[in-house]
Amino acid sequence: MIQSFEEILSLLSSSQKTAKELKEILLANLVMVGEIPAPTFEKEDRIEFLLNRFKEAEIAHNSVDEAGNGIGILEGSSNKESILLVAHADTVFDSKVDHTIQIQPKTVQGPGVADNSLGLAVLATIPTILEELDIELSHNLILMGATRSLGRGNLKGLRFFLSHFDQPLKAGLGIEGVELGRLSHTSIGMRRGELTCEVPETYDWSRFGDASAILTINELINRINKIKTPQRPRTSIVLGSIEGGSSFTTAKKAKLQFEIRSESSELVQEIHQNMREIVEEVSSRSGDRIELDIFAERRPGGLKFSHPLVKRTRQIMDHLDIESRPGPSTSELSAFIDQEIPAITLGISKGSNVRGKDETVEIEPIYTGIAQIIGTLLAIDGGYCEET
Amino acid sequence: MKKLDQWINNNTYHHCQFWDLKKLVEAKEKNELTISLCLPTLNEEKTIGKEVVIFKSELVDRYPLLDEIAVIDSGSDDNTREVASNFGADVYLADEILPHIKSKKGKGENLWKAIYQLKGDIIVYVDADISNIHPRFVYGLVAPLIYREKIKYVKAFYDRPLAVSGNVRASGGGRVTEILIRPLFSLYFPELTGIIQPLSGEYAVRREVLEHINFPIGYGVETSHLIDVYTKYGLEAFAQTDLDQRVHENKPTQALGKMAFGILQTFIKRAKHLGIIEKIDDFQTVLRQTQAKDKVYEQAELEIVEEERPPMIEIDAYREKFNRTSDIHE
Repeated sequence: MIQSFEEILSLLSSSQKTAKELKEILLANLVMVGEIPAPTFEKEDRIEFLLNRFKEAEIAHNSVDEAGNGIGILEGSSNKESILLVAHADTVFDSKVDHTIQIQPKTVQGPGVADNSLGLAVLATIPTILEELDIELSHNLILMGATRSLGRGNLKGLRFFLSHFDQPLKAGLGIEGVELGRLSHTSIGMRRGELTCEVPETYDWSRFGDASAILTINELINRINKIKTPQRPRTSIVLGSIEGGSSFTTAKKAKLQFEIRSESSELVQEIHQNMREIVEEVSSRSGDRIELDIFAERRPGGLKFSHPLVKRTRQIMDHLDIESRPGPSTSELSAFIDQEIPAITLGISKGSNVRGKDETVEIEPIYTGIAQIIGTLLAIDGGYCEET
Repeated sequence: MKKLDQWINNNTYHHCQFWDLKKLVEAKEKNELTISLCLPTLNEEKTIGKEVVIFKSELVDRYPLLDEIAVIDSGSDDNTREVASNFGADVYLADEILPHIKSKKGKGENLWKAIYQLKGDIIVYVDADISNIHPRFVYGLVAPLIYREKIKYVKAFYDRPLAVSGNVRASGGGRVTEILIRPLFSLYFPELTGIIQPLSGEYAVRREVLEHINFPIGYGVETSHLIDVYTKYGLEAFAQTDLDQRVHENKPTQALGKMAFGILQTFIKRAKHLGIIEKIDDFQTVLRQTQAKDKVYEQAELEIVEEERPPMIEIDAYREKFNRTSDIHE
């Protein structure tokens, strides 16, 4: 039984060592889960893999919930409350992409290894690590591979679970493959959407040269660029991707994907309203059909920098020589914030080319990343992360 | 060919029939068997790490099906040996095994030397260039040997002949299989045509069989095994397992010509030895392929000699190491 926070700190190096000793199991999990394609909204075979791992670890309570989340519950020794450890199971890659993963002595490379196959692989390995360390938490530990997280998924999997799980949750811990040092404790306000522009079939071709959905999208971008985004509260409009046309002739369709981000929810709303007005104006002038579709939203909020969960995690990171970078994110935190559950998101390793087909994670830092997760779970479990 | 139909029915498996690894390990332990995995390599640094990690995690740490994982390397000049060793494989240089015997270059040489170097009662050979590696590549092959004592040699195949919309899809041999091996087997060893992928590089074999068969060191090793095991033990000694897909690099047609040339040499040697073909002169060992350079056609000549290693049981050092006498099973 752990008596003090210092005792948790002293356990970190053995956690690191155990994680390293389980290297092959961890990397095999990463390969096997990472080679299963998992685009958002498609059949999530990764969840089946995860559940098989939970079954093999003899976790009695494991199942798929109505939203498709894969859940395993390690029962605590005494407490009725639960801690939720969550990794999103979907990736940005289409199932047609070659998901082959390569292992080199120092790195693992392949589509989605960092975001977020590594998170899921660690989730699948946690029961084995805890067993090797002979750690039994007093709280229930819920391990969850969350579905429908990315893009239009809008964290639907996690949101469903949080709004339907009928027992108290003490805290949430999100894990992402990269970047070690990340300590997300707040969520910025965000609306994610796309603008689609279509030239009507009955277009007036006398407007020679003017008839292109790309030109209309260009006009929209120029107008959006003129929207004022203040430094305080920090606000931005991120233009994420653009597509349109198919060859040299007139582009009939074009699409722009974007996010409005701000620390102030009022400003997010205000910019959204501005964009509506721009769309109406450009649409009436060009004659094109323009649609503005907002499909994902995050409310700003989260834990203060001084919150014990953030503070204790920083102490754990310091002890492991991890340079902590506290800050906001648009990850799972938002779903926890909506339910007023204290939560943070941590990165597991260092990586590069994130969201490219040659996404890469470094192997050695993973052990430190896992030790920080074990330390944080123990700190939550021991009651060291609660506001008085 | 009723016997062949029966054999196909009884001795053809799909790897999913052996998903219960716990049960498989129990059966292995009950039969007191040891199993060695041999990964022959030559410059495979891109794929070897993943193969070792997957097999060690799933079939040594989680389910102790394998007693050793060994890489037998032909002298790679990339980091193959370092990568394999880093992830926990036992790594050997083929040249350093049986050093008093002059070494030869070829994959068959590594497979042959593995019989001396490895300890297992069963040796399972898996190529090191498979990018979609999965534990099934091992358990799918060793399971028939564990569950059925009479099976001695299990071969992998990868493309299941499925009936789709009423049409039967042809079984999936490669090009050399379909235009050389299967026609040859149809002529001289019709029962061996039931083996769907005779050239696949993945197979599991009992030591008592391996030590008694010759090993061509080049392209002919798989063909020779099939003919030799068939003539020694009959069709019933074989089983085959569908391992679903195997992803690896495809070879250009010219390389297949070299392969076919080596295989033909192996085949003809055996046909002569078995008296199947009565009169055949000694053959040439130069492969001639025509190529065009600018507007001139020229012949490229390549010497391919399909040398063979004798049965391992004939090697003194082997008999000494494994306490064998040369006349057992003869």
